[in-house]
Amino acid sequence: MNFSVVVNQFWPLLINGLAVGLIYVLISLGYTMVYGVLRLINFANSEIFMVGTFATVIVTRDIFKYTSAHEALHGFKLVATLLLILIASMLFSGVTAVLVELVAYRRLRSKGTNRLASLISAIGTSIMISEGVRILTKSAPVPTPRLLTKFNLISIGGVDIRIDTFLVIVSAALIFFMVDRFVTKTLLGKAIRAVSMSEETSKLMGVNLNRVISATFLIGGLVTGAAAFLYMQVYETTVFNVGFNLGLAAFTAAVLGGIGNIRGAFYGGLTLGLFEQYASAIIGGQWKAVTVFSVLVLVLLFKPNGLFGEAIQQSRV
Amino acid sequence: MRLEVKDLRVQYGKIEAIKGISFTVEQGEIVTLIGANGAGKTTTLKTISGLRAVASGSITYNGEDISKVPAHERVNLGISQAPEGRGIFPGMTVLENLEIGKYSRKDRKNEMAEDLEKVYHLFPRLKERINQAGGTLSGGEQQMLAIGRALMARPNVLLLDEPSMGLAPMMIQNIFNIITSINKELGTTILLVEQNAQQALQRAHRAYVLETGKIVKEAKASDLLNDPAVRAAYLGTGAEKGHH
Ligand SMILES: Nc1ncnc2c1ncn2[C@@H]1O[C@H](COP(=O)(O)OP(=O)(O)OP(=O)(O)O)[C@@H](O)[C@H]1O
Ligand SMILES: [Mg+2]
Repeated sequence: MNFSVVVNQFWPLLINGLAVGLIYVLISLGYTMVYGVLRLINFANSEIFMVGTFATVIVTRDIFKYTSAHEALHGFKLVATLLLILIASMLFSGVTAVLVELVAYRRLRSKGTNRLASLISAIGTSIMISEGVRILTKSAPVPTPRLLTKFNLISIGGVDIRIDTFLVIVSAALIFFMVDRFVTKTLLGKAIRAVSMSEETSKLMGVNLNRVISATFLIGGLVTGAAAFLYMQVYETTVFNVGFNLGLAAFTAAVLGGIGNIRGAFYGGLTLGLFEQYASAIIGGQWKAVTVFSVLVLVLLFKPNGLFGEAIQQSRV
Repeated sequence: MRLEVKDLRVQYGKIEAIKGISFTVEQGEIVTLIGANGAGKTTTLKTISGLRAVASGSITYNGEDISKVPAHERVNLGISQAPEGRGIFPGMTVLENLEIGKYSRKDRKNEMAEDLEKVYHLFPRLKERINQAGGTLSGGEQQMLAIGRALMARPNVLLLDEPSMGLAPMMIQNIFNIITSINKELGTTILLVEQNAQQALQRAHRAYVLETGKIVKEAKASDLLNDPAVRAAYLGTGAEKGHH
């Protein structure tokens, strides 16, 4: 136990907690939006994240043909390249999510089977994707070539903020606010919220349920893919089971904020990211997974509607 | 507009809730379907809207069998419903509830302002509350919102499932007055399901009596209002006290 570290390292831990937390926020949107419309925990979302990290590697390494020996990119070329890789990763995850819904859930739903069947199908799909990638990669970690030279962008009061951390915080926050606005302001967003409140009444409004469900998986997948891209800019390596811990943490974040609730995912992700940073500084990094899991169990036991429960239920998807 | 239900049967699993009913709704009418709890009124409306599957028989709308058309497309054909229990989206504002009522309309952008105005004209109370969450409205206001939302789709025929349920007498009068004026002023055909037979029969042109999944009587509404058996069963006054 080392409590002084919290005081000494308060600001660096805060910055890191924000970056990690915002990645959780994006992944947890994938869980929370799908839960909103289907009342189904999409266990395959962790694999949709994993697939996104590999998309980042493949596009960087095999399509743009960058190698780790490559000269660093600058200026417009850097921004444009990163943006293209981001979009490709988002699309890859988004399309995977839509396919997962079509293959693993839709038929079960149209047959009117119960939720348990869908849940098992979700877990099965998740295992299938990650085992598939395990075989393809022979379980080896896969690095992505570095495009972004890592330097300290700004230094505030002795705290350095690295360019990649800055990129994560700004982009993830921006993407979250775009999703939030989309869901509250657009007609499709309203339909997604309507379906989450009542499937039957939504149909009476002329809402095509299957289309709205596909759209929800697409948006959840796109956002999870963005998280995968940002993750890769910081950690630069992925592996077939990279989604396991991150998926679990993001799911915990979603539950913490009240699953089904978009703004809840935001607060839940940030809370968990910060908590995890400070807690592992105090009790040691090796306990990180345990802290996350304990939070999940405690929330499910004592606050199953999430910490922010009723107060922000109105923003539920 | 012409709606015709023919030999309709609807099942929940093995249980038959609707056992071969036939009725019609003609352009410009208010037709009411009255019956006790569990008679199958809601099931009938849900089946017309496409939320329940037809076991056998047909639902014909303007001469076409629509019993295989998916629910969301029936709204587009001109069939709207304000469902039992109102079905307000609780976390959406009054305005958002009305906007989503226009989901099926291709030309929604151009129609929106005009139709909102139309609904506010019928229900001034809603206009004062456009930014209030639907779930926090009173029962009467929710019913207004449910009817207003159904009107946003510009229906040819409006299905109303127990609009008076759980409302105070004053509010019941108010809602039925508005239903009458929707029919008269907007020319919208109405199929009204009610347990409040007194009001329903006073407002409707024709009526059908539903008992455990079967239609046991059909007549002009004003005739049923004076029918001793109907009075005894649905109007809470014995046959011997009936007016003749
Ligand atoms: N989802 C369902 N599953 C099984 N049976 C159902 C279901 N919905 C309705 N029923 C049954 O079908 C019959 C008709 O029900 P319905 O709701 O249509 O009656 P209703 O006339 O609308 O009654 P109320 O006046 O109480 O609303 C009832 O016996 C009811 O128990
Ligand atoms: Mg009913």
